[in-house]
Amino acid sequence: MAINWFKYSAPTTFYGLAGKLIPFFAWPAAVLFVVGLYIGFFVAPTDAVQSEAYRIMFIHVPASILSMFIYLIMAGYAALGLIFKTRLSAMMAQALAPTGALFAFISLWTGALWGKPMWGAWWVWDARLTSELILLFLYLGFIALQASIDDPRRADRAGALLAIVGSVNVPIIYFSVKWWNTLHQGSTIKFTGTSMHIAMQHAMLAVLAACWLYAIAVSLARVRSIILEREANTQWVNALEEVRQ
Amino acid sequence: MNWAEFFAMNGYAFYVWGSYGVAFLVFLVEIMLVRNRRKKALRNLRLMRDEMGENRTGEAA
Repeated sequence: MAINWFKYSAPTTFYGLAGKLIPFFAWPAAVLFVVGLYIGFFVAPTDAVQSEAYRIMFIHVPASILSMFIYLIMAGYAALGLIFKTRLSAMMAQALAPTGALFAFISLWTGALWGKPMWGAWWVWDARLTSELILLFLYLGFIALQASIDDPRRADRAGALLAIVGSVNVPIIYFSVKWWNTLHQGSTIKFTGTSMHIAMQHAMLAVLAACWLYAIAVSLARVRSIILEREANTQWVNALEEVRQ
Repeated sequence: MNWAEFFAMNGYAFYVWGSYGVAFLVFLVEIMLVRNRRKKALRNLRLMRDEMGENRTGEAA
């Protein structure tokens, strides 16, 4: 069976597809946030060491994971755009950057609010924290660089190079707690099993899934605007129902 | 456990609610920004189209 894989890599078709997909990600995201936080606050027991403060984990860990994954996906799209010169790839990279930056910010913010009562400091120049801060700056650098270059194709190329080079920072964040002697604790969830109470795991996984779905929904919504902005001079955009009104 | 105890978070209320409050505020702001960006993009497209329409009628006259 011949499937045209490039069909949806064209902004023309992807614009409509993305619009149809958004509710299928947005609504499950909302439900999973409610379920995850319900389990996290009402089912998961109080921690023996950290008391109620540990409940920050249910947003801190998913936000941190997402900030790293979104960066890799963004760099992947940027690389695809650089190699195959597909217009949509560069637009997807552009659409993912603000969401990734916001997750990096949430990771740092909730980390500070967790660090203060547990470590006695809002911030320490520890390997994990510093590399996550660099991740936020990489996102902001990518956004600023793209915004500063007028020619969109040159902006895509410059942004792609920054995104690809910056992706070496992601494994550094992930392994920082193993490579260096840091204040930040190691991973609680491992491939070999975890040391967490089952309700805590369920809460965290539900919020993680919610964050994933939210990130997809909001990025799809943003890429639709980016398509409209960048394809403004094309006939198909001007023939759209929402433009003709 | 009553609600007052729940909201007190055993003394960690500021840290716990400060984390979740800001996280969800960030989500809300992002959703608003994305909506505004779409409205702006559509408004610009309609403006461009109207200007082009005027030019065309100008030429014809």
